[in-house]
Amino acid sequence: MADAPALPRASATTEPAGVRIALTAAVALVAAVLLLAPLAAIFAEALRDGIAPALAAPFEPEAAAAIRLTLLVAAIVVPVNVAVGLAATWALARFDLRGKAFAISLIDLPFSVSPVVAGLALVLLYGANSSLGGWLAGHELRVIFALPGILLATVFVTFPFVAREVLPVMLEQGRAEEEAALTLGASGWRMFRTVTLPNIRWALLYGVLLCNARAMGEFGAVAVVSGRIRGETATLPVMIEMLWNEYLSAAAFALAALLALLALVTLGLKLALERRHAGALAAARRR
Amino acid sequence: MRIEIDAVAKTYDHAPALHPVSLAIPSGALAALLGPSGSGKTTLLRILAGLEIPSSGRVLFDGVDAAGLGVQARRAGFVFQHYALFRHMTVFENVSYGLRARPRRTRPAEAEIARRVEGLLDLIRLPGIGGRYPAQLSGGQRQRVALARALAIEPRMLLLDEPFGALDAAVRRELRAGLRRIHDETGLTTVFVTHDQDEAMALADLVAVMSMGRIEQAAPPAELRARPRSPFVRAFLDAAATPGG
Repeated sequence: MADAPALPRASATTEPAGVRIALTAAVALVAAVLLLAPLAAIFAEALRDGIAPALAAPFEPEAAAAIRLTLLVAAIVVPVNVAVGLAATWALARFDLRGKAFAISLIDLPFSVSPVVAGLALVLLYGANSSLGGWLAGHELRVIFALPGILLATVFVTFPFVAREVLPVMLEQGRAEEEAALTLGASGWRMFRTVTLPNIRWALLYGVLLCNARAMGEFGAVAVVSGRIRGETATLPVMIEMLWNEYLSAAAFALAALLALLALVTLGLKLALERRHAGALAAARRR
Repeated sequence: MRIEIDAVAKTYDHAPALHPVSLAIPSGALAALLGPSGSGKTTLLRILAGLEIPSSGRVLFDGVDAAGLGVQARRAGFVFQHYALFRHMTVFENVSYGLRARPRRTRPAEAEIARRVEGLLDLIRLPGIGGRYPAQLSGGQRQRVALARALAIEPRMLLLDEPFGALDAAVRRELRAGLRRIHDETGLTTVFVTHDQDEAMALADLVAVMSMGRIEQAAPPAELRARPRSPFVRAFLDAAATPGG
């Protein structure tokens, strides 16, 4: 059968069936081993002693405080990043600024700097031993080992998500539609609301979801600046690590499963929105 | 509305895009800014619309200096080169955009808006397409919708940037006639930018031939042909007369 004719190809850009199957299998295997297996292991471990202790773990006072803190941080950081990210994107896409290329690469800085380094930098800047930190302490304002420090660290780490998603879309769309709105008499705000925002809404939504997931899951920078005070400045990821270090693995895995669940809800939300607005999405992509 | 361009210049980062140019367009005229790419014709059109601010010189509308007049206040119906229709809105929403953007005092009621949009879609000979999205229209249809959207704001002038540039020859001829008809029906002072000599000479009452940021000559087509003022004008117009050119 060595001479059997190859299966007919659907088009010139489609690979032969053998290659297709091998590639798909390889991708599925990698996804299973690297992505799905750890996730499944966490849920399995969390439920090892039955469902009751797993359900009880988040209601321990310190765990509950960590969850509240994490949700509070996300609820503050995401809107801040949307506002600042949109402003930065707008300035970069619409104005001819000097040093534009440099500013665009600056957006990526948080991605290339290790979160621990970012956390240490914040401690250096706002800690009690710095002049700024001393001045703040004199005014009863604590940044490090308190909520403001956690917020600063999280904003820093998640800054690129909104700007990075929205900037390419805004650059690609150009100014013509916005100029058209202005010539038709729209104010700047009306133009932004009715023309700019609808054109970038999918990129913005995607950025928000990624930013949210990272804001809830950030460990490195927050671990440094938070001081890990139980029930006060320990966020969910910090709490999980502390429980794990104390050999309280059942509680650690229960909270880890909860954190993973929050991420999965985010992902599910994105899928649901995409499905619901599939028509609008397709229309936006057509030119 | 009478348009006067008085020694208008525009410089980008020390590179002059327009040397001081002057041009008077009588009320109700159909004028063409004709020239090769880079001649400054689109810059001049955008200055009229208020989308660019001239580096020096004045633009006068009916004798009134437009310097303090923002882009929204100029009421210039502008048709963009690639139409710039709002792609997430239906044709109806596109055409009614300018009416809905008005302050409440002067905004027509919804029924009146619907009636006006119907009238404009009749004017561009595309009745009944209000529910479609721009992506579902042909190039020629998009161009006409963009024209209707610009006319909806009851503009004081109509400005078109390469209105037929992206269309094939048959559609282009049809739309040329359509623009002439709409111009004659509305009586609007109209300025369009083109690099196509035939188009300018066939359509316009007044043609301003531009080159390298200067107006070489502005005159009615017949006079341009009979008495070209510079070798550039002669050569540029001759290129059109050559078969296949």
